[in-house]
Parts: sequence; structure tokens; C-alpha cells
Amino acid sequence: MDVTSAFVEAFSLITRLDPGFLAIVGLSLKVTLTAVVLAALIGLPLGAWLAMARFPGRSALVITINALMGLPPVVAGLIVFLLLSRSGPLGSWGLLFTPTAMVIAQTLLVLPIVVSLTRATLEELWAEYRDHLTSLGLTGLRAIPTLLWDGRFALATGLLAGFGRASAEVGAVLMVGGNIAHYTRTMTTTIALETSKGDLPLALGLGIVLMTLTLAINAAAYAASRVGARYAG
Amino acid sequence: MLSRRILLACFLATLASASFAQTPERFIVVSSTTSTTDSGLFNHILPLFKAKTGIDVRVVSQGTGQALDTGRRGDADVVFVHAKAQEEKFVADGFGVKRQPVMYNDFVLIGPRSDPAGVKGSADIVAALKAIQTKKAPFISRGDKSGTHAAELALWKIAGVEIDAARGPWYREIGQGMGAALNTASALNGYVLADRATWLNFKNRGELAIMVERDKRLFNQYGAILVNPAKHPHVKVKDGQAFIDWLTSPDGQNAIGDYKINGEVLFFPNAQQPGA
Repeated sequence: MDVTSAFVEAFSLITRLDPGFLAIVGLSLKVTLTAVVLAALIGLPLGAWLAMARFPGRSALVITINALMGLPPVVAGLIVFLLLSRSGPLGSWGLLFTPTAMVIAQTLLVLPIVVSLTRATLEELWAEYRDHLTSLGLTGLRAIPTLLWDGRFALATGLLAGFGRASAEVGAVLMVGGNIAHYTRTMTTTIALETSKGDLPLALGLGIVLMTLTLAINAAAYAASRVGARYAG
Repeated sequence: MLSRRILLACFLATLASASFAQTPERFIVVSSTTSTTDSGLFNHILPLFKAKTGIDVRVVSQGTGQALDTGRRGDADVVFVHAKAQEEKFVADGFGVKRQPVMYNDFVLIGPRSDPAGVKGSADIVAALKAIQTKKAPFISRGDKSGTHAAELALWKIAGVEIDAARGPWYREIGQGMGAALNTASALNGYVLADRATWLNFKNRGELAIMVERDKRLFNQYGAILVNPAKHPHVKVKDGQAFIDWLTSPDGQNAIGDYKINGEVLFFPNAQQPGA
């Protein structure tokens, strides 16, 4: 096998627009983007609060969340698996081996990154704006929206980092999704499957497509933040 | 301004999660082995079953040991695996209703064309394994409690080789699936026991070829078991049983027998064979 045939495979995957392949790409994007949106909804306010709040044990909490950025995906997968298995505490929900289970696992992986980077970014902003915001009557939780809004371009990078972690991940989605054809098969689990079938050009071709998609999404986010920064100042 | 954005985000999230729910309602989960999926058998037979019954079959492929565990935990409706002794224990322990034989295929001993152990062309798997162990030729073991791993261990036992005592750098347990084991053998030019179906569908062969085949001891029986609703009340008894009934019916048996790669039949239906 040579690298050329992988590029040929990648090119033909993109140009053929095979419905099965598009469904895999679509599911990957849907699962990952949903996980990032959920992590943002929870993580941005939580990170902002953590940037401002002072309480005993805060340092320990910050260190724990920082460390969770390194949570191995396979461990996150195992935790979600044990929770959602029919023999686990949430088994009656019947969510194991569904896309929802994959979203939960990926949210768990992305959340520490969002919280941690939000806290780090907004801590500086808060130090800078604290007196100003307080004089406007924005104290405590009411300052969170303003802080988030002012830090939005820096925070977008945190969300992209989260997206990168989720889209590149295979261990957790394989474990809780089960890599079921036409249902929970994503780009990364397909790459793992094709590698195990010895179809290395197809596996690498899929890898190239995944990288291209990631590149496109990052370029779009970068362009959006540039345009936004120009108009919003 | 900001709250509108948050609303929009909420809306998008709801939209995304709602679109997951559009999948067909009538489905069963089958935990099966990597060989049935990697060989392409399910791609061939499942559309036929769905056309007949409207039931979607979601296959999670794992090693036999893990697939039985999935059934034991109640995370599948049907298990479809190949390790008769473990399947019978599964039923005896009350996790399965009944074991139905479905089909068989066979294992082949794969090795490098250079054949350092000198076993090529032999029809005696036991002598071949002894030769590999004596010459300390590299051997890749699945090491993952799969059906193939169980079969390999049983063959070492018949060969009179105490693998726990005899193991050394020549014997490599990788703890992964069939495809990964073949990839490893291909990279190291080692010997490996594989099911014929996965081998025929495997593309990254390098120097590998079939060394030993057609020994009766390489016979590999598959069975299907409905997970016991007495242990796990949510098991879809009707649809799960419909799948097993179809697999063992003339329709299902023909569909299995019709599946070929390069003109070669991969799985031989034998649901009616006594004692299978």
C-alpha cells in the first residue's frame, strides 16, 4: 500500500458522494457538534462563574478540572458505558449503543476543556473589568453574560479545541456506540474498522477526509472571528 | 442580545437531538463476533431479513467472550457467536433461553510464505502447532477471550503444549480482534489462527498465505441465543426470536449459504444438523 492510493481513495470518497459515506460523515458531525454545543451551554457559564467566585476549595476544583482535560477517552467511554448499560444505574433509559450515548460521552470529554479555558480566559478579563462592572451594578452572576460576551473571540478557540478533541476521538464512541452500521458508525470508528479489515488505503482515505473537514471548520471559525472582530471591535 | 444567542443555541441543540430520534422504531440489538461483520456476511443477509420482517438489526461486533458479556448485562436481545462450550454455559446460567445452531465455517492457519516452521500444506493442525512451538517461530494470539482465541487455546491443549509454560517472545498475545491480529502477523511475518471468512475479506496480506486448512479440528460452529427475558425484562422476545427463527429457516439458511467471496462459500448453514 502506498500513500498515493490513500489520496486517490479520499478523492473518490468525496467525489462519489456515496450515501453511506455521507451518512457516516453526517453522524460524526452531528454527534460532535451536539456535544460541543451542550458542553458550551454548561461549560461557559460554569467557567465564568469559576473565574469570579472565591470560595474554600476553589484551587482544588480548578486543578481537578484542569486534570480532567486529560481524561482518557476510553475511561470516559467506560464510565458512560457502565452508567448506561442495562445492568447499570441508568439502564432503564435504554441508551447504550445509541447516538445519544455517544453525545453524552463526548460532552464529558469536551466539558473540562471548555470550563478550564473559559475560566483561564475570563479570570484575566474579570481582574481588568471588575471595578467597572461593579460600578455598573453587574456583580456576581449578573456579570457572567457580559464577561462571556467580551471574551467571545478567545472563548471560540476553547470551543474549537473541544471540537477537535471530540471529532478525533474513537475509544469512547466505539465503546458506548458499538460501531453499529448505519446507526452509530462514525468516521473514526469506520477508520478503526477498515484498518482491522486490512483495507489501509480506505482507512487512510477516510482519515484524510476527516482532516479536511476539521480544517474547513477551523478555517470557517477563524474567518468568522476575524469578520466579527472587525465589526464588533 | 446574548440571551437571544443562548436561545438560538438551545434551539439548535434541541433540533440536533430531535433528529436522532428519526431512526426506525422496530429494531433489535444483536451482539455478535467480529468475523460475521468483518467478513461482510451481515451486510448480505440483514437487508433480506429486514425486507421480510421490517425489523432493523443493530449489530455490535465484539469477540465471543465480550459479546456474551454484552448479553449477560442485558445490552443485547440476541447473541450470535461461536464457542459452543461458552454458549451452553451462558444458557445453563440462565442468561439465554436456548442455543440454536446456525452455521459453521472453519479456521485456517495463516503464516508467511517463507514458512520458518515448515508446516505449509499439512492437513494436521496439531503437528503444525507443535512445529511452530519447537522452532519458536513467531505466533500471534488474539488474547482477547474471543471464540477464535478459545479455539486456539483448545488446539494447543490437544497438541500437548502447555502454553502458559511454553510462552516466550515467540508467542505474542495482542488482545485485539481478528483483523488486528492479521495486521500484526502481516507486519511480523508470524503465524496466526484465523477464521476463513475474515481471511478471505482481509486485504493487507503482505507475505501471508494459508499454511494449514481442512483439518476437522478447525471446524467452527456458530450458535444464536435469545437473551433470557426472565433476567432482563426489556429484551425484545418476539422480534429477537423472529430473527433466530429466520436464521434457522430455509430462507435464512439459503441466504447464509449464498454469501460468497471470489466464488468461495464462507459460512455453511447447518441449523438442522443434530448436535451441531
